Amino acid sequence: MKIQTFSLGILLVIFWLLNSGHYTPMILSLGAVSIALVIMIARRMKVVDDESQPLHLAASIPAYYLWLLKELVLSNVDVVTRIWRGAGSISPAMATIRINQTNDMNRVIYANSITLTPGTVTTEVSRDSITVHALSSSSIDALNTGEMEARIRRLDR
Amino acid sequence: MTILTTYISWTFLVLGGFLCISGAVGLLRFPDFFTRMHAASVTDTLATALIILGLLLQTDAWMVQVKLVMVLVFVLLTSPTASHALAKAALHGGLKPQLKIARGSNKAGQQSEAEA
Repeated sequence: MKIQTFSLGILLVIFWLLNSGHYTPMILSLGAVSIALVIMIARRMKVVDDESQPLHLAASIPAYYLWLLKELVLSNVDVVTRIWRGAGSISPAMATIRINQTNDMNRVIYANSITLTPGTVTTEVSRDSITVHALSSSSIDALNTGEMEARIRRLDR
Repeated sequence: MTILTTYISWTFLVLGGFLCISGAVGLLRFPDFFTRMHAASVTDTLATALIILGLLLQTDAWMVQVKLVMVLVFVLLTSPTASHALAKAALHGGLKPQLKIARGSNKAGQQSEAEA
């Protein structure tokens, strides 16, 4: 039995308890049955692995989320300013940026972080580069400094 | 619910509402599909977060609060995935993004005069 099966079970129990709000023996046992069923289906689908449950990132990801939240607020302010200043204040740009990530998980985190922050969208991901469309060329410059990439590379250490 | 939390809650709600309107304005103002998508992502992220934060303070029932947080988490997880799929599909469908609008040309020029 993999550790991921165990953590999926814990997660589903918490999720069920938080959503249900009815704690009679009858309902609880129905909950237990449905959780068992979900775990069984997930195992049959072979999606219970370190990609769906990246436990190895659990220790380092909260700090990254905090940093990403800060970036999210800053880029929101930037985009809203540009919206109210009008279409003259934007300089749409597209660029292919070389990336230096060791595994798929980090590549996905990087591409999704870029898309999540307003003003930049990832349009293509490949092994060693990603293509980004940005509302202003300054966001491309910010990505080229590689700060976000370096932070993601530090995640699984 | 005290007066203080009411004020804080409404500050968040009004700010979130303002960002939603900003997103809509950007959607109308920006020139092409890709730039409009950037405007819409304001509504996806900070506007949603602020409105949910404001709503969290409106209730004392922990079960409602937990569900609000779940809504926020799911929105933050799914919106970049949807944006990426949309942008990729548009590019593959042959839609070319307009890059670098020169200041002072056609419509964009009028708007930068208005801002000056």
